[in-house]
Amino acid sequence: MITLEKRPQPSRTWTFLAPVAAVLLTMIVGGAMFALLGTDPVAAIRTIFWDPLFNPQFASYSRPQLLVKAGPLILIAIGLSLGFRAGVWNIGAEGQYIMGAICGAGAGLMFYPSESVLIFPLMILAGALGGWAWAMIPAFFKTRFGTNEILVSLMLVYVAESILASVSSGLLRNPEGRGFPGSRNFQQWDAGANRDLVAGTGMHWGVVAAFIAVILAYVLLTRHIQGFNIRLSGEAPRAARFSGVNPARVVIFCLGTAGALAGLAGLFEVSGPAGQISIDFNSGYGFTAIIVAFLGRLHPVGILLAGLLMALTYIGGELAQLMLSVPGASIQLFQGMLLFFLLGVDVFTNYRLRIGKREAA
Amino acid sequence: MDEPLLSLRGLTKAYPGVVANSDVSFDIGQGEIHALLGENGAGKSTLVKMIYGLVRPDAGTMSLNGGAFAPGEPSEARRAGVAMVFQHFSLFDALSVAENVALGMETPPKSRELAQRIRDVSEEYGLPLDPFRTVGTLSAGERQRVEIVRCLLQEPRLLIMDEPTSVLTPQEVEILFSTLRQLKAEGRSILYISHKLGEIRSLCDTATILRRGEVVATCTPSETSSRELAEMMVGASFAAPEARAHAPGEMALEVTGLSLPAPGAFGTPLREVSFELRRGEVLGIGGVAGNGQDELLAALSGERLSPRGTVALKGADVSRDGPIARREGGLLSAPEERLGHAAAPNMSLVENGVLTASRREGLVSNGFLDWSRARDFAGRVIERFDVRTPGSHVPARALSGGNLQKFVIGREILQRPEVLVVNQPTWGVDAAAAAAIRQALLDLAADGAAILVISQDLDELMEISDRFAALNEGRLSPARPVAELSLEKIGLMMGGAHDMEVAHVHG
Repeated sequence: MITLEKRPQPSRTWTFLAPVAAVLLTMIVGGAMFALLGTDPVAAIRTIFWDPLFNPQFASYSRPQLLVKAGPLILIAIGLSLGFRAGVWNIGAEGQYIMGAICGAGAGLMFYPSESVLIFPLMILAGALGGWAWAMIPAFFKTRFGTNEILVSLMLVYVAESILASVSSGLLRNPEGRGFPGSRNFQQWDAGANRDLVAGTGMHWGVVAAFIAVILAYVLLTRHIQGFNIRLSGEAPRAARFSGVNPARVVIFCLGTAGALAGLAGLFEVSGPAGQISIDFNSGYGFTAIIVAFLGRLHPVGILLAGLLMALTYIGGELAQLMLSVPGASIQLFQGMLLFFLLGVDVFTNYRLRIGKREAA
Repeated sequence: MDEPLLSLRGLTKAYPGVVANSDVSFDIGQGEIHALLGENGAGKSTLVKMIYGLVRPDAGTMSLNGGAFAPGEPSEARRAGVAMVFQHFSLFDALSVAENVALGMETPPKSRELAQRIRDVSEEYGLPLDPFRTVGTLSAGERQRVEIVRCLLQEPRLLIMDEPTSVLTPQEVEILFSTLRQLKAEGRSILYISHKLGEIRSLCDTATILRRGEVVATCTPSETSSRELAEMMVGASFAAPEARAHAPGEMALEVTGLSLPAPGAFGTPLREVSFELRRGEVLGIGGVAGNGQDELLAALSGERLSPRGTVALKGADVSRDGPIARREGGLLSAPEERLGHAAAPNMSLVENGVLTASRREGLVSNGFLDWSRARDFAGRVIERFDVRTPGSHVPARALSGGNLQKFVIGREILQRPEVLVVNQPTWGVDAAAAAAIRQALLDLAADGAAILVISQDLDELMEISDRFAALNEGRLSPARPVAELSLEKIGLMMGGAHDMEVAHVHG
């Protein structure tokens, strides 16, 4: 009989080994899947993992895309990870991302066509506030009435999507857009544009913000009492209460931070890569970031790497669809496998496999 | 001498890094109450698990009634006639007594038939029990009866009991002992594990003492003094707490008319609890588990706030202050449940030190944690209270219960509290360590701190308290000086056990 036995303490080796093993397993099983679909598995794996970075033909386009896609994922995932560490399950980052974009873009467009240098900072502030305020709704209901933040935050995503549809064809519509829905394009307005800091690298302010968030989250979780309280609340809620942690404050802090970071991501996206508020502005970063947060084991550095890896599979996946004409669903399956194996292999961090007779030690 | 019921020969079991049992041999006779004594980590649990089929020995043999006995799993041991009552009950609160008993059986009979058998057995052995009561409403003593009846229904020849009296009132202990003696008279054998030397001396025929996994002595407990037994367990003489002159000082903690609703379906409301506690004094609060101990601790630690004017610390009303403010005022506490309440299981001992000591020990400045000071603090607790651990970096759940208890109590004591509230301070801790914890509490009182000890161990309360009060269904009796009390009076103060009046004993 094969049994799992809980380790007295988590294995350090497996903590580092697990992601590598998961990626390898994904390559093997995913390769088999591509082979079954009639595609050369080696070519498929190479197209997904290698070509976006190193193929002389595509790398110049896809390498900057890596940062463009990873930036918002990391920024949102960092915020979510704080809540997940504390047992606060904010599933509505997508809505906070949309509201950040709308508020940030709206605040900037109020002053169009001014060229003041204060406009972009104002937009950043408004973006963060918009996401924060949207996240405060589930926080308020949870702390005041004990509602479930999973449901409330998720429902608010659909509300935010409706608001997005409304403002892109109403309030924020480009007056010179000949009646088409969608706001003015920020890339054509210097004061409000979030351009690459170094041209052609994909390195815009949102990516900078993501890196700063990684560092701050790391310091918060390892050195600051607030981070300690967050971890404690997640590990042992009764012990946290005994320690003197106010659970409501933790909920408000975690939801607020996640909302503000998601709002920032939305603002940097709308003023940068997306360029404008439009009905199909949001592309699921807020949901994918949940996967990124867990893929990175809710650890800031892990999230940084997971965000980059996730972005790579997106870009590589698109490339594979284009070059090898594999179906889009197979790429999603491939990404799903990655998460599946990661969570699966993760078991060995806390448990060891024992083959033979069961014993309770 | 008759042929023994169970004989163990050279049992050895090693785990990575530690030998739990080494060459353990002894016999349990027919109709014998055999005590198994030892400190935490002496290997009692492993030994018992081997007998009960939960763990396989690396070497050595067992024989039951002359035949080879090597149970591969508990059901095999049960079929051979070995039953066990665990220290921590495995009962479902929301189910009835009969349903709980049925869950443990391989082929449960019909519910009416089972209920009748439960009634028969419980009457025969003087353990009154209503098969249709919901377990959640039973006292700890009654829950234990469920476990015992569950075992007796299997007609065991050997009954293993792990620390059975730790949750009982003196009267309940007497009932249990009568039952055990009755079982013995029927020719059944009992392997009785306990830290309480007095009990072992009055109940058991033979005692086997384990130390570091080896048998160090076998003796007749009634002919051996408690002190000798303890010294054999520990391997060295240890200091019993010193008696001390008690000179109460100024008021430290004053609780007036404290009432709080029950925190949950199976909690207990506090009803008009009042007491006062002066500097230099130890107030012992006894009571059967589940009579408001956890709720009282939560109301004192600040986890639950109470109406204004109910809790005063050094004359100042702290009823609306949370745990942090109370700690800053000098009121520290240690809850009963170590994992999950007093300590976070997956966090290291260093982090668990920060859990309560962050302010008083200056482990935080401007919101930033000083990990080197925190490591230093955890190291001091480990050293001063002899916490056996590979280091302060290990998670709390890796420690044995007794060692974690030492850490949790030590963490508060080292912060020099002015008022210290502890719930079950020596629960599951071996005799030497328990004595050390009690001595530390007494030293703290001698230095002018006020100590409130909530415990279900009456011997402990009698040993260290100046005054004693009992909790019963959330009410606190008036506190009385310990010198005026007898064990019988205390039992009556505690009340608590339902059905006490019908608990007559046969044979």
